Amino acid sequence: MEAIADRNINRSHMQVSDEVAIQITNMNKWYGQFHVLRDVNMTVNRGERIVICGPSGSGKSTLIRCINRLEEHQAGQIIVDGTELSSDLKNIDKVRSEVGMVFQHFNLFPHLTILENCTLAPIWVRKVPKREAEETAMHFLEKVKIPEQAHKYPGQLSGGQQQRVAIARSLCMKPRIMLFDEPTSALDPEMIKEVLDTMIQLAEEGMTMLCVTHEMGFAQAVANRVIFMDQGQIVEQNEPKEFFNNPQSDRTKLFLSQILGH
Amino acid sequence: MSDTHAQTVPYVRDTMLSPQDPPSSQVGVTKWMRENLFDGWVSAVLTVLAVAAIGYAIVHLYPWFANSVWNADSLTQCREILDGATGACWAVIRVNWLQLIFGFYPPDLYWRPVLLFVLLFVAIAPILFPSVPRKVLWFSALYPFLAVWLLWGGSLWTILAVLAGFVIGYLVMVGTHKMGAVVSVGLTILVPVAYWYFLAGPLASGINSVVPIEVTPVASRDFGGFMISVVIGVAGIALSLPLGILLALGRQSNMLLIKWMSVIFIEFVRGVPLITLLFTASLLLNYFLPPGTNFDLILRVIIMVTLFATAYMAEVIRGGLAALPRGQYEAADALGLDYWKAQRLIIMPQALKISIPGIVNTFIGLFKDTTLVVFIGILDPIGRASAIRATSDWQGVYWELFIFIGAVFWIFCFGMSRYSMHLERRLKTDHR
Repeated sequence: MEAIADRNINRSHMQVSDEVAIQITNMNKWYGQFHVLRDVNMTVNRGERIVICGPSGSGKSTLIRCINRLEEHQAGQIIVDGTELSSDLKNIDKVRSEVGMVFQHFNLFPHLTILENCTLAPIWVRKVPKREAEETAMHFLEKVKIPEQAHKYPGQLSGGQQQRVAIARSLCMKPRIMLFDEPTSALDPEMIKEVLDTMIQLAEEGMTMLCVTHEMGFAQAVANRVIFMDQGQIVEQNEPKEFFNNPQSDRTKLFLSQILGH
Repeated sequence: MSDTHAQTVPYVRDTMLSPQDPPSSQVGVTKWMRENLFDGWVSAVLTVLAVAAIGYAIVHLYPWFANSVWNADSLTQCREILDGATGACWAVIRVNWLQLIFGFYPPDLYWRPVLLFVLLFVAIAPILFPSVPRKVLWFSALYPFLAVWLLWGGSLWTILAVLAGFVIGYLVMVGTHKMGAVVSVGLTILVPVAYWYFLAGPLASGINSVVPIEVTPVASRDFGGFMISVVIGVAGIALSLPLGILLALGRQSNMLLIKWMSVIFIEFVRGVPLITLLFTASLLLNYFLPPGTNFDLILRVIIMVTLFATAYMAEVIRGGLAALPRGQYEAADALGLDYWKAQRLIIMPQALKISIPGIVNTFIGLFKDTTLVVFIGILDPIGRASAIRATSDWQGVYWELFIFIGAVFWIFCFGMSRYSMHLERRLKTDHR
């Protein structure tokens, strides 16, 4: 939590609009016999910054992975930016090119330079000319403060730098929604701050963000909503202040006492 | 009593130490010898024994090489020159080397395979080395057609008519692009095949009767020696890699039919000795083909060798695919890359890099396995050697011929091995 205590958050662009970005209705998912997501209902408006937390195995990662169909849901409906996710590959590709995703283990492409990592999808998916894609990539690499690493390979960078590259790589596709799947869980404490700073910066610019994380400081600083999940269900959601100071369910209280209590 | 030493526990370092050179006993020749040759008495004994064994071998082999006879017309003459001493009779190579290289290929046409062999390096250069201009790849693509024309001779129009089939296939693919994948793929395969079957032959002979462009034809049975090994080896290598990639992807496919076809193919071909496939190629295929079809034996052998290597290649590449973290697939998916783009840009470059040692292993195995064609009556170097040893002049020659053949194969295989090591270093980007 102390990682972001010294930062003033500029809230002037953090505005939640009435436009719906993601609509999830009665969504269910099973892994074989195991019911991982149970009747999830959720609406995300444009400009929202949502933090999803919960114990491991609660289905929070699975939930956001369903939003760009890295996981398939078996019942219910997910509509992202007006496109319903079904087995139709065209819709899936459309949603994926509009939704950026940042992974716990970065998943940079180790055989490509940082710059190539960032330009690959714009060139091959968006058909952007190479020069233009490189300019965009440099712009976002400057934004995440590592333009000087552009011609290195991912293996030469620290974890924090790699994760910032991963964020830049997603941004190069000009996504309207960003998903973060435990972006700081694989990082040393010294590196967590630099990644969180980048994410806060993104929030300040008004990006719609869904973030699975245990960084409660981040949640308090920028989230407009915190969702607590357990056993594949949304157990509680509230504004961060209320959520942390006045949790309602016993399960939430227990969870908060465990992660904040020491 | 306290449980710590009050004076020793608090500690603050006031100066950081700078790195220093290691002690002199840890560097230089002495250190190297102690670590690598005389590290304990087991190591010392083994070193002495190894040196003794090498020395013994050299002492006994040296006279054989030193007394080599290069100029003689027969083994008897060699022995007369040696006059009782041991010595190699390399004259057998000197007299027969053209046969060992070209088989019965007409001597006045030797320039054709020689030219092709030189051009082979031009054709593979852009594939092996990224610094070669990309435009040379066009030559690489045309090289197989040039090779077939120059090796077997005949009308250039036949080759061009076959080549036109690929162009037609490409045009059909572009033309039907919007009709959906199944229709497009189906037509892209069917139209050229129909063209080759019905049109290509008459078309070629028609044009050839008007504007003949021909070189002397050479029959497959005249091919032999290292030439046939290189022809089968290069064709097999060039075809087995792309087919192996497709087969490996097929085996991992979600489409059950494709998956099962791939599995059955791989398991069948891997489970059968190459020699049975070669006998199938030389004998059985004739029963299945319509009577009167002249399906070239060398072509049949190339197909069988390729299928054999493809099955191995597919498994090697599957190993590379399995070694890739799932996150790579997910990252490619999350960026909106479709299956083929993800394979081409993300998955295959990494999987193939991991598989390089196995791929080159398969290549080397394939190249050496080409010597098995001797059993179906193709006179490759081994076949030529047996024929030479059966003549009255050279009856009794063993070592020289097989050492020579072994050395030539070794040069090719060692070249491939060195290139693969170079490639691994060049592609190493993980810096771990």
